[in-house]
Amino acid sequence: MLASLVFYTFGFILILSSLFVITARNPVHSVLFLILGFFNAAGLFVLLGAEFLAFILAIVYVGAVAVLFLFVVMMLDISFADLRKDAMQYVPVGLLVGGVLLIELTMVFMSWQASPELAQNIAHPIDAAAQANNTKALGLILYTDYLLIFQMSGMVLLVAMIGAIVLTLRGRSGVRRQDVSKQVSIKRADVVEVQKVTSGTGI
Amino acid sequence: MVELWTTYGMEFVFIIAHIMAIIVPLLVSVAYLTYAERKIMGAMQMRQGPMTVGPFGLLQPLADGIKLFSKEIIIPSSAHRVVFVMAPMLTFFLSLIAWAVIPVNKDWALANINVGILYLFAISSLGVYGVLMAGWASNSKYAFLGGLRSAAQMVSYEVSMGLVIVTVLLCVGSLNLQDIVLVERTWWMKALLFPMFIIFLVSILAETNRAPFDLPEGESELSGGFLVEYSAMTFALFFLGEYANMILMAAMAVILFLGGWLPPFGLSGAWIDWVPGVVWFGLKTFGILFFYVWVRATMPRYRYDQLMRLGWKIFLPFTLIWVLVIAGCLLAFGALPS
Amino acid sequence: MAQTAFLSEYLPILIFIGIALVMAFAMVIGSWVAGKHRPDKEKLSAYECGFDAFDDSRHKFDIRFYLVAILFIIFDLEIAFLFPWAVSLGSIGLMGFWSMVVFLGILTVGFVYEWKKGALDWE
Repeated sequence: MLASLVFYTFGFILILSSLFVITARNPVHSVLFLILGFFNAAGLFVLLGAEFLAFILAIVYVGAVAVLFLFVVMMLDISFADLRKDAMQYVPVGLLVGGVLLIELTMVFMSWQASPELAQNIAHPIDAAAQANNTKALGLILYTDYLLIFQMSGMVLLVAMIGAIVLTLRGRSGVRRQDVSKQVSIKRADVVEVQKVTSGTGI
Repeated sequence: MVELWTTYGMEFVFIIAHIMAIIVPLLVSVAYLTYAERKIMGAMQMRQGPMTVGPFGLLQPLADGIKLFSKEIIIPSSAHRVVFVMAPMLTFFLSLIAWAVIPVNKDWALANINVGILYLFAISSLGVYGVLMAGWASNSKYAFLGGLRSAAQMVSYEVSMGLVIVTVLLCVGSLNLQDIVLVERTWWMKALLFPMFIIFLVSILAETNRAPFDLPEGESELSGGFLVEYSAMTFALFFLGEYANMILMAAMAVILFLGGWLPPFGLSGAWIDWVPGVVWFGLKTFGILFFYVWVRATMPRYRYDQLMRLGWKIFLPFTLIWVLVIAGCLLAFGALPS
Repeated sequence: MAQTAFLSEYLPILIFIGIALVMAFAMVIGSWVAGKHRPDKEKLSAYECGFDAFDDSRHKFDIRFYLVAILFIIFDLEIAFLFPWAVSLGSIGLMGFWSMVVFLGILTVGFVYEWKKGALDWE
């Protein structure tokens, strides 16, 4: 009773905020609604008993990915009004791409076949409450049974890291950097010299 | 609706009473933390601190609160009004809800969820939105720069904080906060975790934007940073949120490293068991908060490049290696919790 | 039944979220009602050491802030992978340990690369 009430509330807010994401005129509002949407999705995960996924969604998507989005839309000096003015000329291309995607999706759904074990799996899901810990359940198989996929995700992260640096990093000339090891390893004799000065002569 | 009430009514009342039993002491602690900070700083700098309002200035936080409440809320004309007001509310809100999972004594937590530490980590990673939104909505250069700096700083130290938490989890084998406190640790585990404790302490200073990492507010250069346009209650909510966050981070350090509500140094016996756990929890938390204030009175402010260097080039590699060192040691000695 | 027992741990959090929201709103609205409002043009202008602001304060800024955010996402994901590993290492043993070592090794390559490229330096 209460659970279904909560479910419908989360679901309703999720759909509503997703709608606002694409209709809001100000991109910052879009990102903020996106964050609200993520939260409600996390709430739905919790209702399903997937605690770990729910909090990872909050940590990774809200805590990290959306921060980057917000950085970009807040700080980028793009005049969105200008962008909108030119938007009409992209409509044909947009419709084409959207149409192709739609056809692809329908094709995928038409040829979708449920695995024969599916009915059995749904009938006996891993009981979150009985197992009490789906984080551990995940850990038990992810690093051994799904070793290859795990390492591949590591490679994906590596590519992302290198790609980000290659795309964004421009070396600037003429900047002075602090080299801590150089500062620390400097000897007294290198920088200080003691001069004996006899009075009246100067150095 | 009637059915809903008869089924859940009593439970609801009980839960709400429990929540109030968390929020009210928390807000009082926040108020007196500001007082304690001013008094301690005063003593360290040979001053008196607040002493006019009430005996020993004890009513000072109350006076401050009333003053801030009755002042005018100024919303700059160029600001984005909704986001501008939402930012402090969000900061305050986040600093409150994090307390839902903190076990101040055995079985005293409001919600003893399986993934308590993830909940805390998630909430603390959201803190960045408050400052980012404030910096953007104010539409002032100082606020903008402050928000930007603060966001970059918080995410940088978030990484090493996460890795430190992982090292503790390795020794404990559970994400439940109560388990983290209760699982026995051998002396060499404690020795291995000690450097992580130090890194955690420094990271929480940076995470809560405290001296010596208070660059986002940097009075001398940014004149208040993202707070520059805020006044009255909107400012007060930021202030309350920040101080509640300080207490939260201190409580997190106590839970992860200092044994939570258990008596210190593994003491036990009839002569000490009568002390309620919440007293120990409070004392340990205050110890860490004292460290916060002490550092503020002692250390000069970092420069921004030094701050980023410390986070990315020292803490991150060190904690990353330490995760593997601890995992390797636990594996080699067969001490892993299964 | 077991499912509801699990969810009942989250019910207080939900109520807490509601109460905290109400409190945050109430404090601002209460103060808005209690405080006086005498706005004038100078008071409402953005702070800029006595000058009028020259231009909009939201302008392009150092690309390094983006870079920090992107690197943070990557390391955050890495930590997300470490959490289940840390709690289940006792059961998956050496195999799990070495698979994580390889994973971290791959990311360390990236980390060394960004270090050498100077992506972590601020100027």
